Amino acid sequence: MKRRDFLKLAGAATLAGCATRGGAGKARVVVIGAGFGGATAAKYVAMWDPGIQVTVVERGTAFISCPISNLVLGGNRTIEDITRGYDGLRKHGVQVVNAEALAVDTEKRTVALASGGTLAYDRLVLSPGIDFLYGDIAGYQGAEPRVLHAWKAGPQTVELRRQLEALPDGGVYLLAVPVAPYRCPPGPYERACQVANYFKRAKPRSKVLVLDANPDVTSKGPLFKRAWEELYPGIIEYHPNSKVVAVDAATMSVRTDFDTVKGDVLNVVPPHRAGDIALKAGVITTSNRWCDVDWRTLESKAVKGIHVLGDATLSAGGMPKSGHMANAHGKVCAAALVELLNGREPNPNPVMTNTCYSFVSDREVIHVASVHQYDAAQNNIVPVKGAGGVSAARSELEGAYAWSWARNIWADMLG
Amino acid sequence: MTARLVAAALALAAGAAHAQDNPVARSLAASCAACHGTDGRSVTTEVVSLAGLPKEHIVAQMKAFRDGTRPATVMHQLAKGYNDAQIERLADYFAGRPR
Repeated sequence: MKRRDFLKLAGAATLAGCATRGGAGKARVVVIGAGFGGATAAKYVAMWDPGIQVTVVERGTAFISCPISNLVLGGNRTIEDITRGYDGLRKHGVQVVNAEALAVDTEKRTVALASGGTLAYDRLVLSPGIDFLYGDIAGYQGAEPRVLHAWKAGPQTVELRRQLEALPDGGVYLLAVPVAPYRCPPGPYERACQVANYFKRAKPRSKVLVLDANPDVTSKGPLFKRAWEELYPGIIEYHPNSKVVAVDAATMSVRTDFDTVKGDVLNVVPPHRAGDIALKAGVITTSNRWCDVDWRTLESKAVKGIHVLGDATLSAGGMPKSGHMANAHGKVCAAALVELLNGREPNPNPVMTNTCYSFVSDREVIHVASVHQYDAAQNNIVPVKGAGGVSAARSELEGAYAWSWARNIWADMLG
Repeated sequence: MTARLVAAALALAAGAAHAQDNPVARSLAASCAACHGTDGRSVTTEVVSLAGLPKEHIVAQMKAFRDGTRPATVMHQLAKGYNDAQIERLADYFAGRPR
């Protein structure tokens, strides 16, 4: 070993040594949440540097994908189709702990688990997804489970599908969309398509009523509206500027600022914020909702040594809260962690991409895509001008690509 | 030097030997993996694997997407997000990956 290299290593070892407690030789990364962000970060750290010990804390026993979950509501895919196990992560040497993270001690650098016991970390990655601001909609909590959000794929997805199947022909499905920013900007409009697709096939007299708190469709607007007109004439009714402020399960109605509207199935998505553990760890920085990060490393701007990924982040300009984006966050964070824990400087110019596919029918798809590069002058990550865009038109070819995207990204994060 | 320091240095050296790739190239290439598979190995037949493709081929395709001579659904939009040096780097990385 050359003297210069040895000194470099010794320097790095000191750095890692300082942060390493309990005398263990390996640097320890703990990841909370094995969704699109967390699973990706865990896999890529383990893959890129097997010398780092990676532990993932996940309360679910399997991964259930939000992307594609609207197709379960439309009856075009099953919940099994969108469920994957965590064994692939274990093959990369990642330790997967099936537990709920209860608290983070940022001084001692430990995570307390609900099942008892603690995990020590040198770097902590929080990819907690979202939790809901139920208080923003009067009566919401009393109205569950008759009123559902199904905005986290899982039991609510299955239950909402059951409600749709039980709906008589001629019934009304009501979908309430929160003010942006929210998880998956095109998601509500894809959901309207999927439910309409099901109604057209099975309950042609039924209606889809969309109450959108936003002034217009927030993503791929012209493409969605064209699909609604051409594929589902008379089925989808869209109301912008219609923020739901209260729900009542007894009368099966919702209240907006102007009106009371009834439905037979009420699917109300409340506004949300970064998941609970982000709140407990003290990394929420903005509007009591989101976590601001340094986009070169995804390190929290509030607490050193904690990195935040995915929907929980204060999204940079032009960056959607999407699974694909969280996957990109996971990789940039993993690359930075490997450099930092080896005493090197992280890449100052990371690149991220995003492609969000939406199924407007059982086979036809539209997309929105973007590329984001770190700009040192702006000290931020920004969309590359002239890059990205939306589909020219909906197509079955993109339907094939969309389903391919799902299988590849699931394998990329978990396989 | 303490025993702990030696152990840490050895662990780091082992890690460094394994991490044979340039971290910037590796990280850049990872941005393609969501659709094209980890290290460019797609698990589907609809989307092409990039691993092991000749470098010149990847560069030529990316530039054709970028200047619009190769029509696409999405790649013409994504290719515009990368400059020449980045395209070279990506192509070099994937060409060196086993299929």
